[in-house]
Amino acid sequence: MTARPRGTVFEKIWSSHVVTEGPGGHVLLYIDRHLLHEGSTHAWERMARNGSRMRRPDLSFATADHYVLTTPGTPTADAETRKMVESLTRHTTEQGVTFFGVGDDRRGIVHVIGPEQGLTLPGILLVCGDSHTATHGAFGCLAFGVGSTEVEHVMITQTLWQKKPKSLRVTVDGRLGFGVTAKDVILAIIATIGAAGGVGHVIEYAGTVIRAMTMDQRMTVCNMSIEAGARAGMVAPDETTFAYLEGRPFAPKGELWARALAYWKTLPSDLDATFDREVTLDGTEIAPTVTWGTSPQDALPITERVPDPARAADATRRESMERALAYMGLTAGIPLTEITVDRVFIGSCTNSRLDDLRAAAQVVKGKRAVVPAWVVPGSGLIKRAAEAEGLDRVFRDAGFEWREAGCSMCVGMNGETARGGERVASTSNRNFEGRQGQGARTHLVSPAMAAAAAVTGRLTDVRTLRG
Amino acid sequence: MRAFTRLAAVAAPIDLPNVDTDRIIPARFLRKPKNPEYGRFLFHDVRFNADGSEKPDFVLNRPAYRSAQVVVAAENFGCGSSREMAVWALEAFGIRAVIAPSLGDIFHQNCFKNGLLPVILPVAAAASLRGQLHEIPGASVVVDLEAQTVTAPDGAVHRFDVDPFRKRMLLTGQDEIALTLGHETEIGAFEARHAREMPWLVTD
Ligand code: SF4
Repeated sequence: MTARPRGTVFEKIWSSHVVTEGPGGHVLLYIDRHLLHEGSTHAWERMARNGSRMRRPDLSFATADHYVLTTPGTPTADAETRKMVESLTRHTTEQGVTFFGVGDDRRGIVHVIGPEQGLTLPGILLVCGDSHTATHGAFGCLAFGVGSTEVEHVMITQTLWQKKPKSLRVTVDGRLGFGVTAKDVILAIIATIGAAGGVGHVIEYAGTVIRAMTMDQRMTVCNMSIEAGARAGMVAPDETTFAYLEGRPFAPKGELWARALAYWKTLPSDLDATFDREVTLDGTEIAPTVTWGTSPQDALPITERVPDPARAADATRRESMERALAYMGLTAGIPLTEITVDRVFIGSCTNSRLDDLRAAAQVVKGKRAVVPAWVVPGSGLIKRAAEAEGLDRVFRDAGFEWREAGCSMCVGMNGETARGGERVASTSNRNFEGRQGQGARTHLVSPAMAAAAAVTGRLTDVRTLRG
Repeated sequence: MRAFTRLAAVAAPIDLPNVDTDRIIPARFLRKPKNPEYGRFLFHDVRFNADGSEKPDFVLNRPAYRSAQVVVAAENFGCGSSREMAVWALEAFGIRAVIAPSLGDIFHQNCFKNGLLPVILPVAAAASLRGQLHEIPGASVVVDLEAQTVTAPDGAVHRFDVDPFRKRMLLTGQDEIALTLGHETEIGAFEARHAREMPWLVTD
């Protein structure tokens, strides 16, 4: 074997995937895993038109998540939506790609099932035509989203031309307080560095708070790296990572597991590795966090008030704050806990895993939802596992809708949207104008905070509900 | 891919920072085929009223900017979702270049793949350009890829950096897949070595 690369975990992975160097600092990188969903339709169609074949269909894996309905039972979709799923079924069959389709319990949100199936492994380079591909970086791999032309490029060549991004280490030390979760950590990070703070960078999350997190929680953090503008986010692999992966269907077994493990242990950033930028947060200071505006950076502790645009640093910021407050239908100065909600959504690749559902159920137990509230598990297997623990009963008894797996109201491509003017407490990742439906107003929160909002009908400090 | 060399055209200013790709093209249009109507999806929900009529205030609806082929934006334009359709919608409307102090990373890449030139200018230069475009609605800018310059309506010339690799591809309109397939020998050799070194990545 060649000499081990040194540096940060990102640099080690980068240099072990360089096929050849091109002009202007571009390198051709080899892709180990390519994940697909219905959104790849345009790429498949171009392939079909040109009569192209995939170079390595065995390294691609597909699922249907964005366009599948999540109505409990056997949903029937409209013709256009059904076409998206059917097209994926046909193309994957023709090219020989493994497909977790409707009716398969392994089907679910692409960023949930990759790790769940053991397809996501430390040290690999993984891409998907979706910006939340950064989620997989929680395993100490390099994972980033690409556009549909790049999807086609990977299908045909199993490679991509890339220029090396810069590195940013975000260290969260200390300990999280009661009621504070991974979602609050990443919202606090984005509020600190800004929605453009990570542009051109790969983030490595480090520090005692990150180390103490489960894999589900680390995925929540890495998932929203793109909301800070970053190309990717990652956490160096450790015993937590290895324990999660051992025995997963596509994870290596036996002798190969031992070899892989030995290699994975060499991946963490060397002590003398340097980053282009460093940011440090004190985890002890982080409170349950909510967004008030239309960018994920518009986040504040739940104990705060809606900010006043008059106090903005400059005219541009003032105008965009005014615009955000107008869209959100909020008045400056009111306490965040006085904002009433019309609907609650617990789901998405940010917060639909078992840890998330447990955290929400713990808050809900013995209470009643006073607004319509949905729980949409990230995969069929998570749904099963949650049912085995009785979580579905907790939600159903409290009047929540317990739905099938999919992206659902995170983006509403399948038609599951909030109505114009409706205010949603949502565990998803984007509070953009119109993201959850035309005119819909989104407040991003953790699963525990979403559950608290469901049972009180307003944004609520989950710490005041417990104990 | 369509080549990009030099363009003298009307430019439209967009002052809002963090314009996300959900705003550039809402999710419900992503399934639509790329047909001649595609340009209508661009900024749909902020450009049209519920009844389909135009919002007269929206910049691209104002007579002076309707023929714009350049957008001059603020920080972090094109952030969010990876949807390449955001670039398709801009292109279908007639936009050939996007100038901003920073762009979403994936959007930035997607521009190059569709013959659109993304130009990063310093915050002050982009702000000055937008200011002039507001003052003289319908004013033109010149974007010259070969020379790597943007000429403002007031005649000021702003130099910009562009990756030499992407520049060459854009100037010639070369297809990237064809270029990569020219490296078949290296890809094959890498693949064989990689499978030896990390055999656990081979699926069966
Ligand atoms: S859950 Fe939301 S963010 Fe995640 S892949 Fe689906 S649509 Fe995208």
